[in-house]
This record gives sequence, C-alpha cells and structure tokens, in this order.
Amino acid sequence: MRHEDKPVVVVAGNGMVGHRFCEKLKALGGFRIVVFGEEPRPAYDRVHLSEYFNGKSAADLSLPIKGWFDDEEIILHLGDAVREIDRVQRVVHSYKGIIQRYDVLVLATGSSAFVPDISGIEKEGVFVYRTIEDLERIKAYAPRATNGAVMGGGLLGLEAAKALLDLGIPRTHVIEFASRLMPRQIDSAGSHTLEASLRRLGLQLHLNKTTLSIEGAGRIESLQFTDDTRLPVDMLVISAGIRPRDELARLSGLAVGTRGGIIVNERLQTADKNIFAIGECALVQGMIYGLVAPGYEMADVVATNLAGGDKSFTGFDMSTKLKLIGVDVASFGDPFAAEPDCRTIVFEDRHKGVYKRINISSDGKYLLGGVLIGDAGAYHLLLQTVNNRLVLPPDPEDLILGGRGGAVEGAGVMSLPDEALVCSCESVSKAAICRAVTEQSVSSVEAMKKCTRAGSGCGGCTPLVKDLIAGTMKAGGLYIRNILCEHFEYSRQELFDLVKLHEVRTFEEALRQWGKGDGCEVCKPAIASIFAGCWNETIVKQAPIQDSNDRYLANIQKGGSYSVVPRIPGGEVTPDKLIVLGKVAKKYNLYTKITGGQRIDLFGAHVGDLPAIWEELIAAGFESGHAYGKALRTVKSCVGSTWCRYGLHDSVSFAIEIEERYRGIRAPHKIKGGVSGCIRECAEAQSKDFGIIATEKGWNLYVGGNGGSRPQHAQLLAVDIDKETCVRYLDRFLMFYIRTADPLTRTATWLNKLEGGMSYLKNVVVNDSLGMGGQWEVDMQALVDSYHCEWAAVVNNPELRKQFVHFVNAPRKKDPGLQFEEMRGQVKAKEW
Amino acid sequence: MDQNIKWLAACREEDIPADSGACVLLDGEQIAIFRFARRAEWYATQNRCPHKQQMSLARGMTGSAGEACEPKIACPFHKKTFSLQTGACLSGDDYQIRTYPVKVKGGRVYVGFAQ
Repeated sequence: MRHEDKPVVVVAGNGMVGHRFCEKLKALGGFRIVVFGEEPRPAYDRVHLSEYFNGKSAADLSLPIKGWFDDEEIILHLGDAVREIDRVQRVVHSYKGIIQRYDVLVLATGSSAFVPDISGIEKEGVFVYRTIEDLERIKAYAPRATNGAVMGGGLLGLEAAKALLDLGIPRTHVIEFASRLMPRQIDSAGSHTLEASLRRLGLQLHLNKTTLSIEGAGRIESLQFTDDTRLPVDMLVISAGIRPRDELARLSGLAVGTRGGIIVNERLQTADKNIFAIGECALVQGMIYGLVAPGYEMADVVATNLAGGDKSFTGFDMSTKLKLIGVDVASFGDPFAAEPDCRTIVFEDRHKGVYKRINISSDGKYLLGGVLIGDAGAYHLLLQTVNNRLVLPPDPEDLILGGRGGAVEGAGVMSLPDEALVCSCESVSKAAICRAVTEQSVSSVEAMKKCTRAGSGCGGCTPLVKDLIAGTMKAGGLYIRNILCEHFEYSRQELFDLVKLHEVRTFEEALRQWGKGDGCEVCKPAIASIFAGCWNETIVKQAPIQDSNDRYLANIQKGGSYSVVPRIPGGEVTPDKLIVLGKVAKKYNLYTKITGGQRIDLFGAHVGDLPAIWEELIAAGFESGHAYGKALRTVKSCVGSTWCRYGLHDSVSFAIEIEERYRGIRAPHKIKGGVSGCIRECAEAQSKDFGIIATEKGWNLYVGGNGGSRPQHAQLLAVDIDKETCVRYLDRFLMFYIRTADPLTRTATWLNKLEGGMSYLKNVVVNDSLGMGGQWEVDMQALVDSYHCEWAAVVNNPELRKQFVHFVNAPRKKDPGLQFEEMRGQVKAKEW
Repeated sequence: MDQNIKWLAACREEDIPADSGACVLLDGEQIAIFRFARRAEWYATQNRCPHKQQMSLARGMTGSAGEACEPKIACPFHKKTFSLQTGACLSGDDYQIRTYPVKVKGGRVYVGFAQ
C-alpha cells in the first residue's frame, strides 16, 4: 500500500495513554498517524512527576526516544490541540489552524485537575498539580512560602504534599474533606496507621475539613473552613480529583456522562464509529479510570482492533501500590469488603507503623482484597492471589504475617497460572516471563525488561519478576538432579533413606542395588558416612571406602606421617593425662601443639607406629578424638561457674556431657560445638555448628555457626531451655542435618540452603512440624548407645592392626621418604 | 614380549585389601598395587604422587571413570586422580605416572619390570 493510501488515524492528546496508543499502532503498521498535543513537550511520565523535584529533568521523564516522530508514518503537532471536530467531513481543526482529515479519530485528551468552586480560588499562590508547567510554577513560588497546604488527601494529594516537603516548605498541611486519607483506597484503620507515619514525617493533617473560602488580599493568606476554623497558609496546591477532558466531544455532539467522560462501548468506540476515546477522558461502563495501567489497556484494545484484531475492554483491576513519602501503601481487590460478606484478618503494629488487612471469602478459600500500610512486600503475591482466584493456604494469616515457614512467597509465585498478568503496565503474563527464562536464558530483571518489557513501566512488579526468574531457573535446575556422582544417580538424602530402608551395610551391596561402575573418591566416603549415620559400625571394617584420614584413623600430614588427637572432652584434662601425652610424644618423637578445639595434637607419627601409640594412650584412659572424621570434633567450653566469678552455670560439665553424648557420630561434615557459662561467650559458641550459652533461667541454644573461610554466626534456636530440652533439640537438629545434608556440607551452608531457613528449622526442631522429632531422638539414642572407640577396636585386633603398615612386603620398614627437620626444639615435616 | 619383562614376587594376594591398594618395596622402589576384586583385575603404579612428590598413591582410593569404567586411583593428599591403565592424570593436570603389569599365580602377586 502506498503511504498516501494508508488510513489516517488522528490522535487528539499526547499524554501517556495517547503515546502508548501511537506506539502500539506504529508497531502494528499500515497507518498514517497524526498527533495533536496541547503541551509544549512530547509525552512524559506523569506517574513519576514528583521525581521532578528530586532532580529528574523533564527530559528524564520524557517517554518517546528522541527522533521517534521523525518519520513519515507519524507526525506530531506540539503545543497545538484539536479545537473542533467536523464529523460529517471527517476533519479536525486545530487551534493553530491545521485542518486534518481522518479515517479514525482517537480522543486521548486525558483529564484536568478538578478545581472546586470556592471563593478566592483565583488568588495568587493557588496551584494545581498536573503538568510539568504546574510543577515549575509551584517550584518558583515555593521559596516565599512557609505554610504550604494541599487540598485533597487522596493519592495525588499526598504526592503533591511530598513535593512540597521536597521543596523545603517549613510547614506542609494536608486538608481532606473525608474522615480519612485516601478514602478510595484504604479503610479507616489503615488511614490511622498512615496518618501516624505521615505525622512523624512532619506532615500536618486536617481531616473532616471543608474549605469555605480562600482568604487574602490578592494573594492567599489563609483558609477558612466551614467549622469556623481558619488555617494560615501562603501557598495552596489543589488536588481534589480529576475531571475528564470531554469538552471537544461535547462540542461535537458526542454523548458524555453526567459527571463527565466520553461515553464509549467495550471497544472504546463512541456513538460515531470512527471516533474512539481512551484513557482518563473515557467513560467505560460508568467508570472513569484514573490510573495509567487501564489507560494502556484501552490503547491496546483500540490499536489491536484497528489492525483487524478483536479485543474488548472489560474493566480493570484498580489495585495500587505506591510509596507515599516513604510509606508503603497498597490496596488491592475489594479492600472494603466487610463482614458478614467475608471474613477479615487484620494485623496492626503501631510501633512500626504497619497495618495489614485481608478480606477472605466466608468459606475461607479465596482472597477478596485488602489493604497494606507500612509494609507492602506481599502486595504482588496477594494481588495475584485475588486476580487468579488461587485457593488460600489453610492458615491465610501467613500471607500477611509472613516469615513463619518463609517459603510462602517463593511457592506462591510459581503456583500462579500461566496466564496470570504479572506486569500490568506492559501486559506481560507469567508464561511469557518463564518462557524468556527457559528459551532465551534471561536471568536478570534488567535482561527481562529488554526481552519482554516486563517491569519497564511502573516497576511495581519487579520483585515478582525477580522471584519468577529465580523460581523458573530453580525449577529448570531440578532436571539436573542433585546426584552424588557418576556412579549413583541419587542425592545423599535419597541414598540415606534407601540404605536405612533396605538395611544395606556394605558398599558392594549399595553399588549393586543403586549404582554402577566401581565407585570413586566421591561416592565411597559419602556412602561410608551414610552407613555410619545409620548403623555406626566400626569404620575400619570397610577401610577401603573411607576417606583418606578415616582409613587410617588419623590425619595425614605433609610427607605422609599422621597426627594423633585423643579426645579431651570440654578441654578438661588432668595433670596425669598431660604427663602421659608428653611421654608418648617424646617416645615417638612427635611434635605437640594445642588445637583450636582445646585439645592436644601429636604430629609426625609413622603409620606403622599408630597402633602402638594408641595402645599407650588408651591404657592411660584416652580415647579417639575423631579429629580425622567428618564427625563430632570438640565441644569447647569456658571454665564456667565452678571458677569464674561471672559464670551462671557449669559450662564445662555440660560441654563434657554433650561431647560424650555425640562423640564418634559421623555426619556429612565435621561438627563443632561450644558451651559458654555466661553472655561473655568465652567459648565462642556462636561460631560453632551448635552453641549453648548460659542464661539466668537456663540455656540458649544456637545452631548453624561456622568459623573457617566464610565465618557465620550461629542463629538462635531456643531460649532459656533446660539441659534436657537442649539435648532433645540437639538430637533432632543433628539427625535432621545428618539425614538431609549433601556430602561435605557444614551445618551453616546446609541451613543457608534450607528452604524457609531458620524459621523452618525452628518449626521442625522445636514445634516438631514434620512429626519426626520422636523418631530422630530414637535414632540418635541408637547412635549414642552404639558408640565405641575405634582405636580400641583396632588395638585389640591383630588383623586390623596389620592394615597399619607402609610396605605390605616389609611391615617393619618405615617409609624412607618420610623426613623431618628441627624447629624450636621439636620436629617439623620436611617442606615439599 | 614376556621375555623382556622381569617379574618380581611382590606379596601374597591377601596382603592387598579388596577394592583398594597397598605399597610394596621392590628392588628399592615403592610400587603401589591395586586389587579390583569385583572385576578380578590387578594394577600397579609408582607409589609417588607426582603432584607433591608424596609416597601416597597406595593409600588412595580406587574407583572407575566413565562408561568404559576406566580404573583409577585418587591420591589421598589432594585427590589428583590417575588412570591405572595409562598412568595419565584424569583430573586435568599434566602429570603422568608409571604403570606396571601385574600377574597373580598361586596366591602370589608379581609385578613386571621392563628389562
């Protein structure tokens, strides 16, 4: 089609909606578009108008990219509005005298600020808040004002009040005729919370006030109210609502509503089939939509239909979420539904300025709507729950109380139906976002904006988009299963359950049942750890599948010698035992050092000497310290109340009790504990996998701490509990960890990855939410009861002792490669 | 070909733990012998791990890699792995270890050295 033959679409108005319409139509192609805009600049982002006072320029707010109108498809006349429509000839006349023929005319004239008919409204210092020009005038006048006021406590009014605060006007008042702020969006209780927060921020609020007149000699000086009160004011911004710009339609004989608005059908068509109205000037099903998102939807409907599509506008969700002067305010669905039509759940925290209300259907199944003040984090999830009629969880209060279980939001996002509209500004569905992740590998919000435009409008859906990206990626990751290694296509947790269920006790059997190949250095120790967690049999019986150190029940060191660490529970040791350690170290020429876990490490032992060394240590009352195992290491203690003047309880005795309970228990990784006798925390228990700290009333139990390269403080699991409860919780915590963690994962990392985190763990351990508490206590007791010193088992068994040689064909010969040097009167391994 | 190999008696069969390894001293050299009991296969390599020059491979962990189940050994120090068939390092380094033929006769294990 030649350009001249293309149908001409004239757009009256170049606001956000008119501009969106041009974008849509231009993209569809096949039209000549002529735009008349009243303002001197092309369309700009009116939603973020108040940012003009935060340093954003008019250019920053501009919507079209420079040069967008410089082609033959679209012509823009700025500073020139349509004056008259000749519906018979199908031409429009502009104020500047342009006569333009049209095939289709789209009225996108928007709205103007509603200015009530009050005496004195024409005085100097009275403004409206609508355009960049209005803002410029307000800005120019502000320096001479000390008492600024905004008439109207609705959404726009509060935005205007923020603008006045930003301009540094010393006292800013808001005058509202209704008994609450934002009467269209929030309820009285919500308003009370919002009022308290806004007052704290320096706003002065006047509710139930009707302005009788604006007083002053030429310039505004005060407001006179109907209740005979008066407020000195030297600047007034009127923000009392909007009035559709329908005068052009009126003049052309098109039908308008009694309170304004061009009457259109669901295709946004007026009685004249060639004329449409979209945005705030349109009256659809008796409604004026004063928000940008429904306006965009209208633009989309008309553009689509002009290009041959078939779309209707069937109403729009008026839910809103915004930050008003730093306070989150959100209203969604039916915020005012009240009993007996529904049941209402309300949460109020006056201290933090948070108010949340949700209205649920009488059968408790569906969410109808609600109000959020002070914390609107759950807004998008709640909105989607309303819009998609998602069935509510059994405890719907979790939706606004959050936290308890923690996984609520994550699960909620992914449970949305595919067609759920996530970004209403750009009409992007959940499916489109998920597709962008799976098919185009989009993995960030920024990339998503470029790819689907989701989140590029008001930006309110950004958190939801983020969660969807994460959720989709995670769901995709499930295809790459968490498996042990190439030999076992199961996770450690799955194998743990299988081993337990089928009572498998040898690696051979596990490999035959669930594996392939010969195993490797990854699966062998992992399965050995599972056997230890299930059956607690002497590990040397299956020495070949044990990890390097477990195989020889000692820690291999530089050069191939081993170190020996006897258990010293709680770090308490008698002088006699110290003497034995010294004697043994001297006899076998071992380097001695105090460890971080309050015991003594003896380095430099030949593999062949290990049984003899242990024989002497065991004879003196020592036992294995399991320093070589992924097992309980030490429970560090401070000296506690037996000696310390600050000590509240006997931390050493409790540490010994705990260490002796869990000694030898193998886990996915090593476990360290600590017990402190008071809040000074000298045992550094909070850096351990579990830490116990004495309180006036008992003990506080912390879990999931870690030293090492990525230090992390342990988190509080239970407060002021007695010893028995503490042990019970520890049993549960440790068994939960032992059963479910991946190989070589410390409790801190395990907890970080645990869905629902600490609150979930607390629920499982303290509230027994999985109903596993009793079983885990029994399992743990079985491990405790089957404890034995591994080294005693070796020392007393000549066959096992034979494994501790370097040359099997020359058992008494030591590795000649093993050499030492002298340092500070002791030996050290030769440098490699 | 067999003529070019000198076979030395290393140890008894039961001296090498099943699906594991042990070290023998042969002609002043440390040799690691590995016994894959499930497959009834034997392998021998130098005991020295070329990574940090430690006499350690015999104390490592045996296993297999890939669909072909290539037999391998992981050093206990830093888990460098080596093919027991070719001696090539399988964990991405440029190391190579020596391998030796092994035969078992009458309950005794023999390691072959090239003449």
